[in-house]
Amino acid sequence: MAEFWQLSPNASTYGADIDRMFYAIVILTGVVFVVVEVLLLWFLIRYRGREGRRAVHTHGNMRMEILWTAATAIIVVVIGVGSRGLWLEIKSPDRFPEPGISLDVTAKQFEWNVTYPGADGVLGSPDDFTARNRFNVPVGTPVHVTLRAEDVIHSFFLPELRFKQDVVPGMEIPAWFEVTTAGEYVVGCAELCGLGHYRMMGTMTALDAADWEAWYTAESVAAAQAAGTLNVASVDNEGSVR
Amino acid sequence: MSVDAQAQEAHAGAGAGHHEEIPWLRRYVFSSDHKVIGIQFLFMSLFFLVVGGLLAMAMRWQIAWPSSQEMPLPGGGMLPDVMVTDGIMLPEFYNALVTMHGTIMVFFAIMPLLVAVWANYLIPLQIGAEDMAFPRLNMASFWLAAPAGILMLASFWVVGGAANAGWTAYAPLSVSEVYSGVKLGQQLWCLSLIILGFSSLMGAVNYITTVINMRAPGLTWFRLPLSVWGLTVTSVLVLLAVPVLAGGLIMMFFDITIGTSFFQPEGGGQPLLWQHLFWFFGHPEVYILILPAMGFVSDVIANGARKPVFGYHAMVWAIVAIGFIGWVVWGHHMFMSGMTPVLGGFFMVSTLIIAVPSAIKTFNWLGTLWGGNIRFHTPMLWALGFVSLFVIGGLSGIFLAAAPVDIPLHDTYFVVAHIHYVLVGGSLFGIFSAITFWFPKMFGRMMNEGLGKLHFALTFIFFNATFFPMHMLGSGGMMRRLYDPTQYPHLQPQQDTNVFITVCALLLFASQLILVVNFFWSLFRGKRAPENPWQANSLEWSAPSPPPHGNWGGRLPAVHRGPYEYSHPERESDYWLQTDPTGAAPAPAPTTSGG
Amino acid sequence: MSNTTAAALERPTTGPGSGFGVYNMKLGMWVFLLSEVMFFTALIGAYIILRFTNPGHFAEPGVVLNVPLTAANTFILICSSVTMVKAFAEIEAGNQRGLRMYLAATALLGILFLGVQAYEYSKLVHEGFVPAAEFYAALGRDGAGAVEGGPLYGATFYTMTGFHGAHVTIGVLCLLFTTVMAFRGRYTAANHGGVEIMGLYWHFVDLVWIILFTIVYLI
Repeated sequence: MAEFWQLSPNASTYGADIDRMFYAIVILTGVVFVVVEVLLLWFLIRYRGREGRRAVHTHGNMRMEILWTAATAIIVVVIGVGSRGLWLEIKSPDRFPEPGISLDVTAKQFEWNVTYPGADGVLGSPDDFTARNRFNVPVGTPVHVTLRAEDVIHSFFLPELRFKQDVVPGMEIPAWFEVTTAGEYVVGCAELCGLGHYRMMGTMTALDAADWEAWYTAESVAAAQAAGTLNVASVDNEGSVR
Repeated sequence: MSVDAQAQEAHAGAGAGHHEEIPWLRRYVFSSDHKVIGIQFLFMSLFFLVVGGLLAMAMRWQIAWPSSQEMPLPGGGMLPDVMVTDGIMLPEFYNALVTMHGTIMVFFAIMPLLVAVWANYLIPLQIGAEDMAFPRLNMASFWLAAPAGILMLASFWVVGGAANAGWTAYAPLSVSEVYSGVKLGQQLWCLSLIILGFSSLMGAVNYITTVINMRAPGLTWFRLPLSVWGLTVTSVLVLLAVPVLAGGLIMMFFDITIGTSFFQPEGGGQPLLWQHLFWFFGHPEVYILILPAMGFVSDVIANGARKPVFGYHAMVWAIVAIGFIGWVVWGHHMFMSGMTPVLGGFFMVSTLIIAVPSAIKTFNWLGTLWGGNIRFHTPMLWALGFVSLFVIGGLSGIFLAAAPVDIPLHDTYFVVAHIHYVLVGGSLFGIFSAITFWFPKMFGRMMNEGLGKLHFALTFIFFNATFFPMHMLGSGGMMRRLYDPTQYPHLQPQQDTNVFITVCALLLFASQLILVVNFFWSLFRGKRAPENPWQANSLEWSAPSPPPHGNWGGRLPAVHRGPYEYSHPERESDYWLQTDPTGAAPAPAPTTSGG
Repeated sequence: MSNTTAAALERPTTGPGSGFGVYNMKLGMWVFLLSEVMFFTALIGAYIILRFTNPGHFAEPGVVLNVPLTAANTFILICSSVTMVKAFAEIEAGNQRGLRMYLAATALLGILFLGVQAYEYSKLVHEGFVPAAEFYAALGRDGAGAVEGGPLYGATFYTMTGFHGAHVTIGVLCLLFTTVMAFRGRYTAANHGGVEIMGLYWHFVDLVWIILFTIVYLI
C-alpha cells in the first residue's frame, strides 16, 4: 500500500513541481478539513439538544459571511494563478524546452509502439526503428513525443514521471518529459480502450548518457542496415554514426 | 394525540368524497397525482439503486480476487458463459459492468431519486399547490422513465452484451463494433437515454412552470424552502443540459447505425466533439445530482438545530451561482484529452471559482448548527453525514481542478473516490435524509428510529472504509476501469488495499438491508404519523399525513412567513408554521405536539 | 375545488401566487422551447465545429444544395408564420371562420414545405449526396463521393434538416388537430390558449429554419 497521501517517487523534472503543488494542496485542504470537521463536532456536542434550552434565533451574520466568502475566493484564485504557469509549461507546445530526442508514440489496441528517428535523427525516414511496449529513453535531456492512435482513445500514462496525455485517433498531440533518474518505469493506459485495456502495459527504461549512446547507436546501425541506408564507411571506430 | 385524530379525520373526510371517483388503475398505476408519481419514482429508482449496487459488488469481487479459481464470483454460475466462464468474469463483461454501474446509478438511481421523486412529491406540497401544472404530462414522464430503465437492463442479454465503453461512452470505442465488440447494446444505451431524456424534460418543464405559477398566496420567492430552490435550479439545468446530450446521443446512434462519422476520424469526424457534447451536459448534470440534496439537507439541519437557516439569502444565491457557473466548467473533465492547453487554463480557473458557492453553503450549515438546540433524529444524522462527507468530496475536487496536479490523478482511483464522496456521501446521504424525513408524510407512518440510526452508523463507517482508501490507490497510480490491477508491478503492493475495499464494500451493501427492512416494516407496521412529527414549519407539515388527493381539502393554504422561523424569541413553542396566522405576540402554540 | 381534475388544472389559469402573469400552458411552452433551443444548438454547434476542422468535407454554397428551391421553400414557411399570426388575430376578434381558414392554410403550407423537402431529399440522394458512404452502399449503389464534399457534409445536413423536418411534421399534426378543434368550436375570443401556444411552437420552428437555411445553404 502506498504511504498515506503519498505519490509514488517522482522521476521527472516537472514532476517535482507537481508534487510540491500536490503537497501544498494536501496541507491547505487538510487544514480546512480539520477546521470544518472539528467545528462540526464541537457544535454537535456543545449545542446538543437539552430540555428547557432554546436555540439562538438568528438569520445570519453578514460580516462573517462576507469574510468567509472572500477568504475562499482568495484561496482558490491563488491556487488557480499558481497552477496556470506550471500547467502551460508542461502542456503548451510553444513553451516546450529544446528536445534532446523526438519520438513517435503510436497506440493501438492493446500496445504501445515507440518509433525512434534512427541514425539520421529524422522521424519518418526509412531508417526509423520501432520498439513495442518495452522502450528506452535517455536521462537528463528533454524527450519530445508525438502521440497518435490508430483505433480508439488511449492515454499514455507514466505514473512515476507525472506524465499523462490522452492519445486520440485523428490527432497528433505533442508532449514532453525529462527523466531525472535512470531505471525502469511502468507505462499504463489510463483511458478505457476495450477488453484488453487492463493489459495495455509497457515498460520504459531510462538510461544514463553512456548506456543510452551505446544502445541507441547499436539499434540505429541495425535499423539502417536493415533499411539499406547505411554506408558502412561512415561508421567510425567508436561506433558513433555521423 | 389530538393532532393525530384531526389528521385522520381530515384525511378520511377529504378522501371519502374523492377517492371513490377514481378507479384503482388510475389511482395507483396511471395516476396523475403528483404524490403517487413521486412514490412510483421512489420505488423505481430504489430498485435501480439495488441493481447498480449489485453490479458494483461484482466488479469489486473481480478487482479484489482477479480471475481467481479459489475465489470464483458468487452466483457467477447463474450467468451465461459470455459473461462469466467457470466462475471467472470475462474482461468484456467487466467493462459492461463498469459502464452499466455508472449509467444506472447516475441516470436511473441518483438522478430520479433526487429530482423526479422529490420534485414531484415536495414541490406542490411545499408551495401550497393542489398538484403540478401539468399532471398528465407528469404521468407520461414516469411512464417513459420506467421503460427506458427496462430497455437499459435488457441490453445485458442482447448479442454482444451491454454497452461497454464506460458511462461516458467515449467515441470511437463506443461507436465501433470492431473495437468494442458491442453494437446492439450501445444502440439500446443511446435509445434508453434519449427516452429518459424526454422523461426528464417533461418533468423539468412541469416543475419550473409549477414553481413560477402556482405558489400559494403569500409565498414569495424568498419564502420558499431551500428544497424548492434546489429543485427549481436543478430543473433549469435539466431543461438546458439534457437536450445537448440528446443531440450527442442522436449523432452517436447514427454513427453506429447508418455509418455516419460525426465522432469517427476515419470519416473526418472528431472524437473530442463527443466529449465536449457529453461534458457540456455532464457537468451541469453533476450539479443536478447535488443541488437538490443541498436543499433537503438545509431544511433538515434547520429543523434539527431548531434554528433559522444561517444566511438564507446567501444560500439561495449560492444555488443560483452554481447553476450559472456550472455551464462553463465542463472542460475540466478534458484536461488530458488533447484539448488546447490554453482552454484548460480557462476551465481550471472557472472550476476553482465554483468552489466558492460550495464553501458558502458549508459554512452556512455550520453557522446554522452554531447556537442550536440540536435534535439528533435519523434525518438529521444523514444531513450531518452529508455535510461532513461533502467537505471531503469538495476538497478532493480541488486536487483535480488544479490542472497540473490533475496530470497524475486524472482517470485514476482518486477520481473514483472523489465522485463517490460527492455522489454517495453527498447525494445519497441527502436522499436518505429526505426519505427518512418525509417518509411519515408520504406514507402516514413513522420509520423506526433505532433501525434508522443503526443503518446510518454502519453506512457511514463502511462508506468511508470503502472509498477513503481509494484516494491512496489513485495517488499511487491505479488507473480506473481496470479489470486486473495485479498485472502492473506498481499496483501489486496495493492489492491488500483492494481486498480491504472489497470487503468493506460488501458490508456497505449488506448494511442497506437494514433500510429495506425498516422501509417495508414501517410501511405496514410503523407507528401512525401525526401531521407534523418533526415540528417543522414548511407547508407540507400543515397537510394531513399522507395528504389526500388535492392536498389541501379544497382550501389553499395562506402563507405568512418564511419556512425557517424556529425558536422565535417571542413565542412559546420553538417552531412556527408558515400557515400559522397568529402574530409574533406570545400566543398559545396552535398544536402542541404529543410526541 | 376538491373535484379538481387533471384537465381543469391544465386549463389557462393565473395561478394564485402567479409569477409572470402568464397562464400555465403558455409558460410551459416557453420553457419547453428553451430546451429546444439547446437541442438545435447542439446540432448546429457540432456542424460548425466539424466544418471548421474539416473544410474539405464541405462544398461551396450552391454547388450541391439547390439554393433557389430551398429559398422558395423558406418563403413558404415564412408565409405559414404569417397565416398563423392571422389565425390568432382572428380568434382574438372572435372570428371563428377566419380562425378555421387561416389554421387550415398554415397546416397546408406546412405540408407543402415538407413535400418540397422530401423532393429535395430524394433528388440529393439520387445525385449521391447521402449521410454516409455505407448507407449509400446499402442502397445497392457504389460511388461514395459522387458529389463534392465528404461524408460529414451529408451527415450534418441530413441530421439538422431532418430533425427540423421532424419538428415541422409534429407541428403539422398539431395544426391539423387544432384545426379540427377550431371547426368544432373549441376556441373563443376569451379562451384560445391552444391557438396561442400552437403559434409559439410554429414560429419557433420557422425561426430555426431561417437560421438553418442561412448557415447550411448560404454560408
